Amino acid sequence: MVDVTPQSDGTVPPAEVPDVELYHPRSWWTTYVFSQDAKVIAIQYSGTAIAIGLVALVLSWLMRLQLGFPGTFDFITPEAYYQFITMHGMIMVIYLLTALFLGGFGNYLIPLMVGARDMVFPYVNMLSYWIYLVAVLVLVVSFFAPGGPTGAGWTLYPPQAILGGTPGGQSWGIILMLVSLILFIIGFTMGGLNYVVTVLQGRARGMTLMRMPLTIWGIFTATVMALLAFPALFVACVMMLFDRVLGTSFFMPALVEMGEQLSYGGGSPILFQHLFWFFGHPEVYIVALPAFGIVSDLISTHARKNIFGYRMMVWAIVIIGALSFVVWAHHMYVSGMHPWFGFFFATTTLIIAVPTAIKVYNWVLTLWRGDIHLTLPMLFALAFIVTFVNGGLTGLFLGNVVVDVPLSDTMFVVAHFHMVMGVAPIMVIFGAIYHWYPKITGKMLNEAMGQFHFWITFLGAYAIFFPMHYVGLVGVPRRYPEIGEPAFMTAPVDNLNAFITIAALVVGFAQMVFLFNLFWSLRFGRDAGGNPWRATTLEWQTPTTPPPHGNWGDKLPVVYRWAYDYSVPGAPEDFIAQNDPRPQHSAAHPDPSAARPA
Amino acid sequence: MAIVLALVLVVVGSIVFHMLSPWWWTPIASNWSYIDHTLVITFWITGVVFAAVVLFMAYCVYRFRHKEGAKAAYEPESKRLETWLTVVTAVGVAAMLAPGLYVWGQFVTVPKDATEVEVVAQQWQWNYRLPGEDGRLGKTDNRLVSFENPLGIDPDDPAGQDDVVLEAADLHLPIGKPVKMMLRSIDVLHDFYVPEFRAKMDMVPGMVTYFWFTPTKTGTFEVLCAELCGVGHGFMRGYVMIDTEENYPSWLEEQPTFAELSAPRQVGSAETVEPEGAGAQ
Amino acid sequence: MSVILVFLLVIFCVAGWWLANQRIMSKPWLEGGVVGALPDNDVTHMPTAKVGLGVLLAVIGGLFALFASAYFMRMEYADWQAPPMPAVLWLNTGILALASVALHCAVVAARGGRMDTTRLALAAAAIASLVFLAGQLVAWRELAAEGHNLRVNAANGFFYLITGMHGLHIIGGLVGLGWTVRQVWRSQTITARLRLGVELCAMYWHVLFVIWLGLFVLLAGWASNLVAACRQLLM
Repeated sequence: MVDVTPQSDGTVPPAEVPDVELYHPRSWWTTYVFSQDAKVIAIQYSGTAIAIGLVALVLSWLMRLQLGFPGTFDFITPEAYYQFITMHGMIMVIYLLTALFLGGFGNYLIPLMVGARDMVFPYVNMLSYWIYLVAVLVLVVSFFAPGGPTGAGWTLYPPQAILGGTPGGQSWGIILMLVSLILFIIGFTMGGLNYVVTVLQGRARGMTLMRMPLTIWGIFTATVMALLAFPALFVACVMMLFDRVLGTSFFMPALVEMGEQLSYGGGSPILFQHLFWFFGHPEVYIVALPAFGIVSDLISTHARKNIFGYRMMVWAIVIIGALSFVVWAHHMYVSGMHPWFGFFFATTTLIIAVPTAIKVYNWVLTLWRGDIHLTLPMLFALAFIVTFVNGGLTGLFLGNVVVDVPLSDTMFVVAHFHMVMGVAPIMVIFGAIYHWYPKITGKMLNEAMGQFHFWITFLGAYAIFFPMHYVGLVGVPRRYPEIGEPAFMTAPVDNLNAFITIAALVVGFAQMVFLFNLFWSLRFGRDAGGNPWRATTLEWQTPTTPPPHGNWGDKLPVVYRWAYDYSVPGAPEDFIAQNDPRPQHSAAHPDPSAARPA
Repeated sequence: MAIVLALVLVVVGSIVFHMLSPWWWTPIASNWSYIDHTLVITFWITGVVFAAVVLFMAYCVYRFRHKEGAKAAYEPESKRLETWLTVVTAVGVAAMLAPGLYVWGQFVTVPKDATEVEVVAQQWQWNYRLPGEDGRLGKTDNRLVSFENPLGIDPDDPAGQDDVVLEAADLHLPIGKPVKMMLRSIDVLHDFYVPEFRAKMDMVPGMVTYFWFTPTKTGTFEVLCAELCGVGHGFMRGYVMIDTEENYPSWLEEQPTFAELSAPRQVGSAETVEPEGAGAQ
Repeated sequence: MSVILVFLLVIFCVAGWWLANQRIMSKPWLEGGVVGALPDNDVTHMPTAKVGLGVLLAVIGGLFALFASAYFMRMEYADWQAPPMPAVLWLNTGILALASVALHCAVVAARGGRMDTTRLALAAAAIASLVFLAGQLVAWRELAAEGHNLRVNAANGFFYLITGMHGLHIIGGLVGLGWTVRQVWRSQTITARLRLGVELCAMYWHVLFVIWLGLFVLLAGWASNLVAACRQLLM
């Protein structure tokens, strides 16, 4: 046991970081609407993301209705179907998951968990949200624009994205989509600067990097990646906008559309794909890393045990973050790029499986010899592990270049990425909301409604996406409004599709219970107290709950230990808060690695 | 406790579904059975890992669920266990990657004796071009595409004159001969996808992409487009027939060549066409 | 994608070096107590605004590295025809260099507490930047007048797009510079806050000048010659 300070806690040297000057809101408007408080901004981000996510949820019902019962719903034309899938995908990936994890959880948790009063640039942080809101509104406007929203698929591949054969290609749809993305990226960059610099500069005294909870590690690394990856999407969007509006030929080769020679010439659709996936693959981890971090903390807290292999978890997050920049072309094995790239990208892709697997082992090993409380956050964390392991393993099919050849562009891919970056991170989002709602509102979420929500969502989502892999194995391509019964099928997929659709509708409606619970518990929920889960991290140690603007009252917290002192032998309780100054007795805190033979 | 049952149920249910599923990949009709083997290896490895991880988790939840007075162990890390797990994972990953890369090596190495066959996609139909007697495909350019010349074949290239042009028709191929599919698009991205052949590749306007395979079964196989190409994407279908070696030449003879297709329309220019046709022999 | 990968490599090296100094190999569960006694690598002593600007500039650098990557990848295609470089670009480069130098003088003056020099240098930098922007517009007009329109060739498209994007960043910088100028004019003495503002402006301008040099080399076609030469050396 190394006690790094000989001083008693009474003589803590003065903080090196001066206390930040806070902007003090003067009116209702600046307190609740144009607020510079990261916690209010977090709730604004989350509310907007969930609202637009509900639109995407409804779109998924519509497309599932078409797939499950083709020909029954006349209003779902192929045009409409493609618009539904495009907007569903884009909203879910960018406007919901990215915004909710980084804009929502990032804003709420970073200052609280690192012991800061607020983000370091609150004004820029506020701007970030309002630009995000404008981006969402522009996206919504495209639904009402003449020609409707774009139906180019969420990947927006040119040339079809900007041609007449695609819904919205020659009308406003694609233009509004690109403008909205550009705005989103500008807004996100403003927020992202805050998240990164707050972790770098705003940490409380004693909060070394290796004492940070894994939630912060996940969000921090994901934000760094997003700051470097989103510019690729920005470049791709701006160049495509030029092609569409000004007639340049960045991505547009000489082509003949419906018998008519167009004036484009010489461009390269593959160039767009490289730029898109240079953003698109890190994007997967931009969503996954915060989920990894949060779920580590949920498991540790609710199993009353330190996260197993903390150092390895941190290194794995950083390694995954770096590696994910050199795997992008595994989305392009059959794109027509030079086939020799396949060797390189298959290797890098499968290498990234190793640190990811280590994370999974460590979550499960944290449960081993734990004291597992089967609370709702814990249940959702377990559901996350199941769906993530499932989706991660199917990734080994698609990452291994030659296995990808028959499976790419089939429903197998759709099932894979929904499992791994749809269902799994959403499980974490739910777990996180059940976990932190008491801190945000001071009330517990209703347990009965939560149980109902959990069981339908977990088993339902698995019932949607597990069988979907087999639709892809049969050979059904993705983005087909109906497949019919072609001869190659070993069995018709109609019934399976109908089953998936019904499961999707049921799961979708269960989310309404969750939303109702959010509002119901606000008023009728049980009082939570400051630290209902008896957790160690700083956000649970605020003097008041919910924490006010400025978070900490008069005195900033001082951190004395890492974030995972659960069930420490000899300690009176089964957790020691990070800001608990009690000196540890060396007997009470043995070094377990020293006890074992090396 | 329900969660323990649920976790076990998920594993057992997934395995049972996998075993009983009538939904399976279609019987192969090309030489790429190696791809299927790699797929099966991957299924086994990943299936075992999935079952092991989830069942172990279920056991942990069952065994270490909260009981009054219980206290968790304090165990920050175990270097030995983590190293061991890392090594095992790396070996498993290598066991999937190695055969994958080996087969990919074959996939990208086109045999020398492969016949070139061109597929030309457009919204939303399939066209094909076979080399004529000279065994070579003529040059093409999307700029030359017109009503009379739907594939954009260069009329000045003598090699193109005897090319067999199949516009919106079905493709026939002889069994047992390796084919190099040259893929071209005149408008947007498409993807030539025949589930029975396993191989597929995008077609990119302005580029010629390719893959190769050897048909191993006669019969009719459906062609689908596997890359979103606009509203007609889901209906962009066609057929490839694999003929016996006896039937194939008789089919081929009936198909029009580029010279034949363009000649009747070039009224009064028979003199210019004649020498080119002669040169192509 | 080679340019952006090299850029990322540099970023990762910096990040790796920083992380290596953060004791990421330590075992945090063995270290209780206040970290005042730990080596002081806790939080950097740089002003937060500078760290923030540094991160922003890394993002901007990444953006232009991506444009350069796209430029190189598009250049491979047969129809590529780079437009002639308008001579005025040489002049513009000099003027932007002047702006950068002026801001450097402003920093030196502000550190020395010389108010008049600071004001003069800031104003000079602002004017030089405006002249630079005007010069870029002249370059655009010259090219357009010679028939090198946006639509004619993707190389022209890149020229307008990249110079325009760089110009937008200068305009964004001018907003910040304008704010600093206002503060300096209103103040009697140079406070620490003002000095920081001037330093931030200088930092931004220096980086944008370096980026412009890179873009100039790229658009003039020297970069591709260099790459070709390197390839030959490697072969």
